[in-house]
Amino acid sequence: MASAAIEIENLTKAYPYGFLHLKKKTSLEGLTMTVERGEVFGFLGPNGAGKSTTIKLLVGLIFPTAGTARILGKPISDIEMHRDIGYLPEQPYFYDYLTAAELLDYFARFHDLAAADRRERVERMLKRVGLETARKIQLRKYSKGMLQRVGLAQAILHDPKVVILDEPMSGLDPVGRREVRDIILELKREGKTVLFSTHILSDAEMLCDRVGVIVGGKLRGVGAPDEIVGLKAHGMEILFEYAGNDAMATALLGKATKTGSRYRMQLGEGDLYSTLEQLHEAGAKILAVAQVKASLEEYFMHLVEADRAQAAAVEVSGK
Amino acid sequence: MRRVGVVAWNTFREAVRDRVLYNLVFFALLMMAAAIIVGEVSIGIEESVIVSLGLSAISVIGLLIAVFIGVGLVSKEMDKRTLYALLAKPVRRWEFLLGKFGGLLLTLTVNTAAMAVGLFTALLYVKHSLGRTDAVVLVAVYFVLLKLAIVVALAMLFSCYTTPLLAILFTAGLYVSGLFVKEMRSFHSDTMAPVIQVFLRWLSYLLPNFENFDVMGSAAHGRAIPTALLLQNTAYAALYCAIVLAAAASIFFRRNLK
Repeated sequence: MASAAIEIENLTKAYPYGFLHLKKKTSLEGLTMTVERGEVFGFLGPNGAGKSTTIKLLVGLIFPTAGTARILGKPISDIEMHRDIGYLPEQPYFYDYLTAAELLDYFARFHDLAAADRRERVERMLKRVGLETARKIQLRKYSKGMLQRVGLAQAILHDPKVVILDEPMSGLDPVGRREVRDIILELKREGKTVLFSTHILSDAEMLCDRVGVIVGGKLRGVGAPDEIVGLKAHGMEILFEYAGNDAMATALLGKATKTGSRYRMQLGEGDLYSTLEQLHEAGAKILAVAQVKASLEEYFMHLVEADRAQAAAVEVSGK
Repeated sequence: MRRVGVVAWNTFREAVRDRVLYNLVFFALLMMAAAIIVGEVSIGIEESVIVSLGLSAISVIGLLIAVFIGVGLVSKEMDKRTLYALLAKPVRRWEFLLGKFGGLLLTLTVNTAAMAVGLFTALLYVKHSLGRTDAVVLVAVYFVLLKLAIVVALAMLFSCYTTPLLAILFTAGLYVSGLFVKEMRSFHSDTMAPVIQVFLRWLSYLLPNFENFDVMGSAAHGRAIPTALLLQNTAYAALYCAIVLAAAASIFFRRNLK
């Protein structure tokens, strides 16, 4: 049976600090998780949670204090593993004296690609990330968004099986974010495994088969976005328009929130049909009825606040 | 080794695009001025003045490039995080280091060769012809290049574990110390404790011996340089660079790129 795309077991990273490096700060503590082949996995967490630390450990930029990790069955210390992965660093910065085409050609040379193949791939990638017209401009003249696209192009240039992206949407405008999202979905369609870190929860909800939430260096939850926030509906929401002054409707309007000419009302499932009837009788125009579910954001915030409360408690007991 | 070559070529390209070779204009102007002035004021010593001045300029300019760019070879890549995407490719850390070393050495070779052409042009201007004895100047230029290779290796070693400023200071300090190793070896004082004398003697063997590379006197006066010295200096520089680069690689191999 083929192994999972990424297998992480008890991965821990602690950095020494202080004048004599005798104290240690743990950035990642006992991380154990797997990312299946062909999956888009979102790694969520606030700044400093340990997302980038995990990614840097996986691509070999830093070394674990304890634990192991394998990518496509190969240990992360194996140089051959690097042939199968593509990596986009957070806020990427590249040799600014090179043009985009030169940079991609430079990186392609490390993958033992023939000259003709390299040229063809570089052209294709530049087109894919929308930089074909800027191919001969030195990177020092590129905007942050353009650098992010070059970074994405170099990560997928050699057709890797596993793509690891550290904050790929960071610094991008809505159009750029949409383009990156489309590329991630394309990679999924091509059967690639994508692991990306983000703190933009809507992107994770939209793209990921599964997400892992990391807070304070510890993994707090893994699963499909729907699964980890709970499938159970919290109630119902009615969206309607109303311009009259019926007494009954006025009482109902007190429970609603007005946005422009529209009203939004949240209520329990048991009250739905009677309320709809009352609104209809009062002459309100019903625009939509939807289930209210806990969002990933609420779940995320709940974990972050719990972590902060725990940290504060530890600090108080320590004193 | 192919990957070492890819990194080396890119390092050379960076030096060229960052206008490192512009120093050649300064050198050319210096040589032109020297040739004209020496031709006017010197009687019979034009050749030795031009050779001494040319070799000194080649050495000083080369040292400045070797120290300042050598220190930045690794530290700049870490500071700017250009290294992150590269090390995620199938390239080993020692291959990266060796490539950076090779790239700067290539830059220094091109730079030194171009300056040597300038020096010979100035010699030709004052002497009106070049003889077989002038080949000694070529050997002197080659020794400067060997010396620069050791300096680059030292600069890279220090930049792997300390700040660029300290790496510059350490490299410059070792270079200066390396000019006095013979004195350290022969140093004897009745007032100095024997332990310190033994320590100094051992230290003199650890420090790079740059004195052996200084053949400016022979070159300026057209005296032949023994083939044995040529072979000895080549082997010494290769071995010293290999040891220093191995040390740099072992430090860089464990380095966390935060």
